[in-house]
Amino acid sequence: MIEDLTFIAQISIKSSVAVLLATVGGIINERSGVLNLGIEGMMLIGALAGFAAGHFTQSPILAVAAGTLAGGLLSLVHAFFTITLRSNQVLSGLALTILGTGLANFLGRALIGQSGVRIRQWPIPYLADIPVLGDIFFNQSPFAYAAYVLVPLAWFVLYRTRIGLMLRAVGEDARSADAAGVNVPLVRTASVFSGGLFAGLAGTYLSLSYTPGWKETMTGGQGWIAIAMVIFCMWNPLLAFFGALLFGGLTALQFFFQATSMDLIPSYILKMLPYLLTIAVLVLVSVFSKHGKSASPADLGVPFQREL
Amino acid sequence: MIRLEKRRDPVRGRGFVAAGWATVIAFIVGCVIFACFGIDPIAAYAAMGKGIFSSFDSFSEVLVKATPLIFTGLAVAVAAMMMLWNIGAEGQLVWGGIFAAGTALYVFPGAPAWLLVPAVIAASALGGAAWSLIPAVLRAKFQVNEILTTLLLNYVAIIYMEHLFYGPWRDPAGFGFPGTAQLPEAAHLIRFAGTRISLGFPLALLCAVLLYYLVNRSAWGYQVRVIGREQRAARYAGFNVTGKVLTVMMLSGAFAGMAGMAEVCGIHYRLQTGLAVGYGYDGIIVAWLAGLNPLAIPFAAVLLGALFVGGEQLQSVLGLPSTISLILEGALLFGLFVGQVLSGYRLVMPGRSPDPGVAADKPEASV
Repeated sequence: MIEDLTFIAQISIKSSVAVLLATVGGIINERSGVLNLGIEGMMLIGALAGFAAGHFTQSPILAVAAGTLAGGLLSLVHAFFTITLRSNQVLSGLALTILGTGLANFLGRALIGQSGVRIRQWPIPYLADIPVLGDIFFNQSPFAYAAYVLVPLAWFVLYRTRIGLMLRAVGEDARSADAAGVNVPLVRTASVFSGGLFAGLAGTYLSLSYTPGWKETMTGGQGWIAIAMVIFCMWNPLLAFFGALLFGGLTALQFFFQATSMDLIPSYILKMLPYLLTIAVLVLVSVFSKHGKSASPADLGVPFQREL
Repeated sequence: MIRLEKRRDPVRGRGFVAAGWATVIAFIVGCVIFACFGIDPIAAYAAMGKGIFSSFDSFSEVLVKATPLIFTGLAVAVAAMMMLWNIGAEGQLVWGGIFAAGTALYVFPGAPAWLLVPAVIAASALGGAAWSLIPAVLRAKFQVNEILTTLLLNYVAIIYMEHLFYGPWRDPAGFGFPGTAQLPEAAHLIRFAGTRISLGFPLALLCAVLLYYLVNRSAWGYQVRVIGREQRAARYAGFNVTGKVLTVMMLSGAFAGMAGMAEVCGIHYRLQTGLAVGYGYDGIIVAWLAGLNPLAIPFAAVLLGALFVGGEQLQSVLGLPSTISLILEGALLFGLFVGQVLSGYRLVMPGRSPDPGVAADKPEASV
């Protein structure tokens, strides 16, 4: 029983890493006032670039770097269109996902079924020996450990540093921030780029560690779930742990039921659950934040109309 | 110095200018990609063009591809007129397909064509509308962001469809092939002149015309447009915004559902993999390329259809993955943004006088 629960918890964390990283990237994006619906596309490009770099160089470090950077580079397309040209943010994000999917499909065709670099679990000495908790938290891939560090770090930067203050100011009231001497386009571009790096890293995790290999459908909507989780965790990176774990937990349950061939719930319902639950979460957030202060930002999905 | 100057007077036919720019930019992006793969861009485009225009048969395939795209383009456009984002046309298309196949296989299996064809059309519209009612209600009652709900429901719809044709609806005589049995012949849409163009194509055109009149000539359409422009003003005017959200989203879903019907009853003749191939997402590009104008949507759909047929041609002639058309699609949309900006500005060459329109405006403005 304990073993089963430990197994489920361990898989939950494993399954939540990509959504967690992408969610935090989305938070950084949106905190600066830019909505990026291209996360799915950036994750896919990150996954492909990471896998391809691993396949050709056999170097895990280069693979991670390439995947992360690829996500960042693709995000600059969104930055250029929404910040410089002031195009519609929703449409540009969708176009980014379409472009990213197309590029990944096109460029990755030759890599399907190839072998690449695989980044395995990496138990942390001593910590992994803690009963139960050690197995759950410290017998994971380096990506999970990176998330343990990056997520609180993102919170710290956003809420406890000058840079973070500037970023949030730009997202809350760009005109005032501008009047205070903040370079709004620069801050926004930097935040979109950071969001892209996170999405790229999330994709890299999928193709190097979570489901090693390259498949065009490997993100399976996780980028979109991340966008919903940004709302769920009310634009706070620390709360993203919970949102991501919710998704990871459901995925883990699906594995568990399949592995033990328990037919309590039909498998197609289990497959639907992450999406349905994400919708349920969105509804709950809307209902409860109606009178609260943290509803969605006023300019979410609205093109930014600042005269340069 | 060459500089950009904002136009005071909007250019006539600005949408066409933007769409033209989009095409040019996608064309250039294509050139770059072909060049990267060491393929002569002219040869590549020649292969695409030849594949599209070489014969009546090949051109008819463009219209075959355009048929679902018109429907999904209309679906996205009608929602967008009210500033609603329907990213869920894919899932609504799937439900349209499920309802159409279910009607033909299980509800009226033995019915004659004159009854069954209208029945599958109506059922598919109903299926799509019912599916889009979920995000519509969530949006209208709880202010839940419809971008995410419509999109997430796509995955749910596809999983359910797969469950149907892998499970309860699987063809018992199909040797384990994932798909339903073939639909009775009475449910097949008639095809024209030996091509694969089915009744779905004229039906899509009819829907475009109907939507145009509905939006531009009816009180309902007027209210929808006002709500889309200025929601607060619409509320002050006493328009029923909540009701409009529901009806617009259902109409949107109905269009997308008919796309599924056109595919299932016009092309595949069964429910199987290959129904959800992204036409719902392509509809976003069609709608915006057409500037949300229902009458322009068929043209945008044909352009995109030609891109797909051309892409397939590249695969068979030059061995390039046909998914290059997806990249060009993304480039089309990004090109459209550039076009929107450029059509709002004019290039001022060094030594030229400023926009005469600006000068002419000034005295008028002071009057």
